[in-house]
Amino acid sequence: MTQQWEATVDEERPNEKARAIRARQRAIGRELRRMYDDVAQEPVPDEFMDLLTRIDQAAEGKKS
Amino acid sequence: MMPASSPTPQATKPENPDFKNELLSLVPFLRAFARSLTGNPEAADDLAQETLVKAWQSRSSFIPGTNLKAWLFTILRNQFYSDRRRAWRQAPWDQEAAERIPGGADDQVYSAELSDTVRALGRLSDEQREALILVGAGGFSYEDAAAICKCAVGTVKSRVARARKTLIDILDGDDRLDDAARPAEGDAAREIMAQLDKLSPGEPSKKR
Repeated sequence: MTQQWEATVDEERPNEKARAIRARQRAIGRELRRMYDDVAQEPVPDEFMDLLTRIDQAAEGKKS
Repeated sequence: MMPASSPTPQATKPENPDFKNELLSLVPFLRAFARSLTGNPEAADDLAQETLVKAWQSRSSFIPGTNLKAWLFTILRNQFYSDRRRAWRQAPWDQEAAERIPGGADDQVYSAELSDTVRALGRLSDEQREALILVGAGGFSYEDAAAICKCAVGTVKSRVARARKTLIDILDGDDRLDDAARPAEGDAAREIMAQLDKLSPGEPSKKR
């Protein structure tokens, strides 16, 4: 798959090559965002809410 | 969110639920950034939790109305490198864990689809990876990314550009990575070099 574009890019036509590189960079950008968004869209594990509740209570406890 | 025009110290008081709720609302992004730094779901959640604790402890130093997300990412990044220094011998990117199937049908689909790009990400230098993730996936401006990484805006721009180029080189099976992208010598580096040799059987690695 990764070799395909090299085979189709004509080295004599720099514009076409630059376009092909930009297209690949866009594809890479999409992959990275997908990876990041996949994690960001996961439900937050309960531990995080528990943790904030605990540190909140600890702060309250310290005051009184 | 506290409006930028009316900053008030109330936002940082422990009894005010706003700050806590804002922290909670940004947890998904902390987890995503942590995952991309560590490549390991368990280590990432530990890191994100440490970040929450640190953020809570330092909440008085947050200026209401400024970018809370960037502030949290800065703490997370500092924590990542500080943990790393303590566990120096640990591999910088846990490829095995990154590809592990935590369980469940959805996870299996995700793992099967783990793209070449994500695999290649693990072979970037930390500096290039974090810059590319912040700008390319996290949606941060070059300016915010520079503040988070504590470097000049131009440095972030060149790291992102080099990261993109290095990823393409890796995806093309080109093992002549520039030196900046090479990890430090060690077991992890040797393993990566061995993988590179396998990727290009016709061409002996020039570095060995």
